[in-house]
Amino acid sequence: MVPAIPETPVRKFNINFGPQHPAAHGVLRLVLELDGEIVERVDPHIGLLHRGTEKLMEARTYLQNIPYFDRLDYVAPMNQEHAFCLAIEKLLGVEVPIRGQIIRVLYSEIGRILNHLLNVTTQAMDVGALTPPLWGFEEREKLMVFYERACGARLHSNYFRPGGVHQDLPPELVEDIDTWAKAFPKICDDIEGLITDNRIFKQRNVDIGVVSKEEAISWGFSGVMVRGSGIAWDLRRSQPYENYNDFEFDIPLGKNGDCYDRYLCRMQEMRESTKIIRQACEMLRKTHGPVLSEDNKVAPPRRAEMKRSMEALIHHFKLYTEGFKTPAGEVYACVEAPKGEFGVFVVSDGTNKPYRCKIRAPGFPHLAAMDWMNRGHQLADVSAILGSLDIVFGEIDR
Amino acid sequence: MSEALELLGQDIVARAPGVLGHSVAFGELTIVARAASVIDTLTFLRDDAACRFHQLIDLTGVDYPERAARFDVVYHLLSLVKNHRIRLKVSTDEDTPVPSVTPVFPVADWFEREAFDMYGIFFDGHPDLRRILTDYGFHGHPLRKDFPMTGYVEVRYDDELKRVVYEPVKITEFRAFDFLSPWEGAKYALPGDEKAQ
Repeated sequence: MVPAIPETPVRKFNINFGPQHPAAHGVLRLVLELDGEIVERVDPHIGLLHRGTEKLMEARTYLQNIPYFDRLDYVAPMNQEHAFCLAIEKLLGVEVPIRGQIIRVLYSEIGRILNHLLNVTTQAMDVGALTPPLWGFEEREKLMVFYERACGARLHSNYFRPGGVHQDLPPELVEDIDTWAKAFPKICDDIEGLITDNRIFKQRNVDIGVVSKEEAISWGFSGVMVRGSGIAWDLRRSQPYENYNDFEFDIPLGKNGDCYDRYLCRMQEMRESTKIIRQACEMLRKTHGPVLSEDNKVAPPRRAEMKRSMEALIHHFKLYTEGFKTPAGEVYACVEAPKGEFGVFVVSDGTNKPYRCKIRAPGFPHLAAMDWMNRGHQLADVSAILGSLDIVFGEIDR
Repeated sequence: MSEALELLGQDIVARAPGVLGHSVAFGELTIVARAASVIDTLTFLRDDAACRFHQLIDLTGVDYPERAARFDVVYHLLSLVKNHRIRLKVSTDEDTPVPSVTPVFPVADWFEREAFDMYGIFFDGHPDLRRILTDYGFHGHPLRKDFPMTGYVEVRYDDELKRVVYEPVKITEFRAFDFLSPWEGAKYALPGDEKAQ
């Protein structure tokens, strides 16, 4: 008889994931409590990229605050600016000219593709594929050139302004975007050919991180995180802003709410965005006129006019020093950003600076769900789930 | 749209527990409620057939230091079924905790941690009220209006000690520019104003 081995108390194993880990998509520190390979508890420590954006915004005028929004979700900068501009326009009651609206839609959709290209391909990288990011980043590069040609900056664009957009697009740029959009579905096919039916990708993503409809709602999810679970909810359709109602596009839905369905949704959304981009280009060819509100109390006069008219010069000077004042009150404006509902809650006290500006980042509640989503999964699934949540720390830490 | 919201607001004021009043501004419905009964109010808003606000979109604080109950806690709710939004405000002071709404909306967990971190608002019954965004060992609540823009400490890597050290901030003043027009906004006396009297 072999004497029975005395039972030793099994100790839970704690490991630190990050803050500097390529699969953490930025600076995320996860404290994982493991039982063997099984995750028992996840404690995300965030805030390593906290810059105090909301505090800084309280000391700057509305116009000076727009660049802060580029630095939130830095993979799709203009979508963030959009929400802030909508909030200001709601306070001031400013109308955006139709051409300005189309340009906003066009660039929001370019932002969506920028974001999804990064997310889809790096999610593939998190589970072991190296080629997709290289292919995706080639397209991202082209899109950033479109950003640059519209506003002069590849990333921190500062292009959307209260009342429209800063500058009109040259006609050649519209043609080039259209040419690119014609060719892009082929690229989507290529990337899908690499990932969608890939055995390893499916093994790592199908039935991982399943979110039910009820969970998605009670945990404050939005965007692809609710659509992946089969809830037909997209702010572009359900609470339309700009002229999204004039566009023909579909909302892709997932069925199982797992990481793989969310990947498929993002892939399909890129194709839908491409459709919107082509329609927007077509509209821009026909629609001419101003891109920025003509109300010079809010939007600066055109430069040429400023050189001739004394009044325009005064307006310009006042706008870039004192800025415009907003009526006192509170507004909440939101857009369907690529990651979900990006909202801005502005409390105005009637001066030229926001009294309080709360930025509602979609990634924040998504990351808060890490704990229950990972429970009972293997350690290797943590990076797959994190990848499918679409996390960018610029917006979560603010 | 505003009329429907106005009617909904009147309905909520009449039936929901703990609601003090409502207003519709900029096409948005705001209701004010008592902090002590916020769980009941939110449960009503979530479950009532006319409301169905089953998603908590945002929770945040706002600081009004001149008031006795200096903080507002603002809840933004969304109904995916009815496709409408609502804002709920309660006010509290530095010491009185607000009941945590995590039993009603689990997503409130992190939002309340953030409000605690940024404003020092306490949430009663919260499972794990820790700081979330600021540094480990941080003191103070940065979004309070009396917290200086520059903060109190700065960090650098000390090559001799071979570690990161915390030091008082060296910048003496934050350059806050006053762009408000002296003809409308400014409350201070400008040089030469005394001649006018």
